[in-house]
Amino acid sequence: MTTLIPCGDFKTNYSADTTIFPTATSRNMVILGIAVLCLAPLVMDRYLLSLLIQIGYLGIAALGLNILVGFTGQISIGHAAFFGFGAFSSAWLVSNFNVPVFFAIPLAGVMTTAVGMVFGLPAARLKGLYLAIATLAAQFILQDFFARASWFSGGVAGTLTEPFSIFGFTFDTDESYFYVVLAYVVVMYILGTNLMRTRDGRALVAVRDHYLSAEMMGINLTKYRTLSFGISAFYAGIGGALYAHYLQFVSVEGFTILFSIQFLGMIIIGGLGSIMGSLMGTAFMVLLPESMQWLTDALAGSAIDRALDLSNSLAFLREMAIGAVIILFLIFEPDGLAHRWHQVKAYWKLYPFSH
Amino acid sequence: MNWDLLFQLVVNGIIVGALYGVVAMSFVLIYKASQVVNFAQGEFLLIGAWACWWLLTTYQMPFVWGFLITLAFMMAFGVILQIVVLRPMIGEPIISVIMVTIGLSIFFQALMKWMFGVFAKPFPPIFETQSVSVFGLQVQTVYLMSLIISVIIMAGFGYFFKFSKMGLAMRATAFNQQVAQSLGISVRNVFALSWAISAMVSAVAGVVVGTVNGVSSALSFFGIKVFPAVILGGLDSIVGAVIGGLIVGLLENVAHFFDSQFLNWGNMYEIAPFYVLIIILMIKPYGLFGTKDIERV
Repeated sequence: MTTLIPCGDFKTNYSADTTIFPTATSRNMVILGIAVLCLAPLVMDRYLLSLLIQIGYLGIAALGLNILVGFTGQISIGHAAFFGFGAFSSAWLVSNFNVPVFFAIPLAGVMTTAVGMVFGLPAARLKGLYLAIATLAAQFILQDFFARASWFSGGVAGTLTEPFSIFGFTFDTDESYFYVVLAYVVVMYILGTNLMRTRDGRALVAVRDHYLSAEMMGINLTKYRTLSFGISAFYAGIGGALYAHYLQFVSVEGFTILFSIQFLGMIIIGGLGSIMGSLMGTAFMVLLPESMQWLTDALAGSAIDRALDLSNSLAFLREMAIGAVIILFLIFEPDGLAHRWHQVKAYWKLYPFSH
Repeated sequence: MNWDLLFQLVVNGIIVGALYGVVAMSFVLIYKASQVVNFAQGEFLLIGAWACWWLLTTYQMPFVWGFLITLAFMMAFGVILQIVVLRPMIGEPIISVIMVTIGLSIFFQALMKWMFGVFAKPFPPIFETQSVSVFGLQVQTVYLMSLIISVIIMAGFGYFFKFSKMGLAMRATAFNQQVAQSLGISVRNVFALSWAISAMVSAVAGVVVGTVNGVSSALSFFGIKVFPAVILGGLDSIVGAVIGGLIVGLLENVAHFFDSQFLNWGNMYEIAPFYVLIIILMIKPYGLFGTKDIERV
């Protein structure tokens, strides 16, 4: 392995083409990045840490949606419902069967996979818009189920759950839970990256690029479309379970269609069909409302504040910002932040020549 | 069995269903002309209703004038939206176009909440008599008017597409854009006009619903209820939209009846259309009147 890649494509075998880290430097930078993140609880205050934890568990779910939308080309408007299902099922396993939280999180992922596959069944026959509407129905049906099935979700009152613990050590503070989320993010993102390097992962991309050609090449469309729903629901379930054991309280109100749209916003902003883009988009989407809070605090008392009554209308301004950001990205930057990041890297690599 | 209640609910179902049908028609209009699925259809109702409400309460206008100004405003709004937001999206994948309309929907919903508040506000009364008796059943005047308006709009659509020049141009564009363009039809104008008409017709529905229940963000839920209706009828069929709307309206109310009499589950009214939607998609994915597209490679 060298430290630099030559300009142009000089790869001579498949393993070099599908490698995760093209150079030793890029691998070392990732390891260094994770090591630096491990120090975060020592230097950051609880507020910033809670933002990082949010980016973590939402990023896992966003990656799942990106596998479905970005890689397989199927739109889902019900991702928040699956995220919620993961949260509730983890809490349900812990409180009803005394499953340790350590095992409940992956089990919740498996349960959500099953539910995702059921709602993904229409995907075997439908595509594009029809499928989008089927997932819309899934969103409302699951939301209704959460509100009604008090044996499962505690009904409208919500449900309490226990903190993550292993070998008698309880991760109930932001500082300690951060490491749990970080570990999950690393594992799930490595899994996602590797999935896209396997035969199954390439089949998913083939389904997206041209489903008829894919079918002619012997790819079972029904299998892969349903499978991608299952995988996406698995990621949503894991993310939801992490969320449940972070807040230690899950309530029905959280998993609305607006939340589903926020997930879609994350992957559009980050870049459809980009693994790292999912994380970048999540970070953007988490920090956007927070930065509006900071902006409002900074503008407090000024003329703009008096004219628009910022502090009282912040909730609406945040929603408007989410809508506006989705529209603006789609019109002006349809490939998302990941594409921009590639351009920045290419600029430095190719400097002073632009090609 | 409470037959009076059932009869009342069936009548309600037809009236609400006719409104669903109107909104579904304006949805199908956009889809047929420009292959864009408009998730912001409910917000068109909302904006139209708020605009009319604002004109009537702030300027104390007579209803007719306020209503006409609202329609003109919504026409301009539809055209501007199409030019500014949807035109750059021509040729983009369907996911992006869907997402843009979803983005529009949350943007405008939040904007309306910001401008007019979150609570429902009552419309100034329009008719002097509150309710009339039809077949021994008390029906609110507004409901009766809404049924009449729906039928007029539906007939208008039928006439427009069958006989008017622009309607024919729209059908040609929906059938084949390239051929239509080579025959001298301005596809851009057709797209813009379809958005304008759709926004206007939705605003009519919005004002009608607003006069009954008051204006609030809940109106935009009509935009979501439209999906079961159009899928049931077939995505690209105007007749299907009307029939789908009626079926969904009836279904909601009949489900509500069974729920209140036998099941006692709570909110079958809201959720029943979505169960039916899933079943329809499984067994007859192109709906009752939709065109099954056959792809040749």
